[in-house]
Amino acid sequence: MKTLDTLLAESPVFAGLDDARLGLVAGCARTTGFEAGDYLFREGAQADTFYLVRQGRVTIEIFVPGRGALAIQTVDPGDVIGWSWLFPPYRWHFDARALDAVRAVAFDGACLRGKCEADHTLGYELLGRFSPLMLERLQATRMQLLDVYGGAA
Amino acid sequence: MAALPEPGAMTPRPFRVERRRRETYDTWTLSLAPVQGEQPDVAPGQFTMLYAFGVGEVPISVSGPPLLQTIRAVGPVTRALCASRPGTVIGVRGPYGTSWPVEEAKGRDLLIVAGGVGLPPVRPALYHALEHRADYGRVILLYGARTPADIVFRRELERWRSRMDLEVDVTVDAAAEGWLGKVGVVTTLIPRAALDPAATAAFVVGPEIMMRFTARALVDQGLSGSQIWISTERTMKCGVALCGHCQFGPSLICRDGAVYPYPAIEPYLGVREL
Repeated sequence: MKTLDTLLAESPVFAGLDDARLGLVAGCARTTGFEAGDYLFREGAQADTFYLVRQGRVTIEIFVPGRGALAIQTVDPGDVIGWSWLFPPYRWHFDARALDAVRAVAFDGACLRGKCEADHTLGYELLGRFSPLMLERLQATRMQLLDVYGGAA
Repeated sequence: MAALPEPGAMTPRPFRVERRRRETYDTWTLSLAPVQGEQPDVAPGQFTMLYAFGVGEVPISVSGPPLLQTIRAVGPVTRALCASRPGTVIGVRGPYGTSWPVEEAKGRDLLIVAGGVGLPPVRPALYHALEHRADYGRVILLYGARTPADIVFRRELERWRSRMDLEVDVTVDAAAEGWLGKVGVVTTLIPRAALDPAATAAFVVGPEIMMRFTARALVDQGLSGSQIWISTERTMKCGVALCGHCQFGPSLICRDGAVYPYPAIEPYLGVREL
């Protein structure tokens, strides 16, 4: 069975972190699992945990009255779910629901923020790894907003 | 009596609608057969000018052999074509244009990235690759649609997904409850395809914005521009390089396209005046 340090070292987002800082991150992490249909988090709730998906898929969705839950993005193994733990007021803006059985690493956001405050190099490292993911997501969202297929012949 | 003159390039040949199949709520595939004579030879990626008599003429890519044409009803002509029941006679000119470089891609992995109704124009290239499967390395189809209801060739996609020698990944931009597939733009599928950049030929077709972003994503993965081909479109009228309606930079799409090597067309994609 793989240790948390190994799981993190193998993930794209944490790969290359030095052992000491990987250990700091692992100290805020635990393995967890969800059944299909379980919510990892709900809109409006305190964003105190984020996840690295190891197995299964998760849908990020928002409930629209009269239309039901609209999926915005699906998240695959290797992806990280959740940025809201990084920034005040630390509240989720969407729901995250398991589409099938999910195994994940859960991170205590407050714990990690505290370690970043104490070790700014770790904070810089993590922001350098999370920012490209957020940028990628922002660009994908802009493309979705363009509705590129809507007017295409 | 003098013999009738040979039909000119602007004269449509009469073809009969043999079958009509609904693909989505607004998209239909017509199977066409010539009223007289032989089916035309069509290379993967070529298009024809389809004439709904009394309504007008539009360019439509060939979506399969011998002459399948998949049409999205977005205007008067395409609505008339989509409403053509078996037995209806329509006019056909062509085929015209360049084709997907299926020979040049041999020996390499073939990646097809299609968006929306961009799948029909590239389907003949996929058919070719599957018929000559040993000539290619991996064959990968990445397909993005607006919603699950907009997915064309759905049953065929399901059949393709079950093949061991073809990798298929599908995503939609938005979905309501009940959709268990992926949600996100088609470019998000590219990093997960684990491409071998040096050994990949990529055929990209879809709305122009989607193709621009896709080509950039492929370059980010390590492909050079010369390994990417795209199929672009502009308003075409004559189809035979006479009228100039489809001029795009220095080229006429009906003659020099619609399939272009990416480096040949990339400088013009961002030019607002074109």
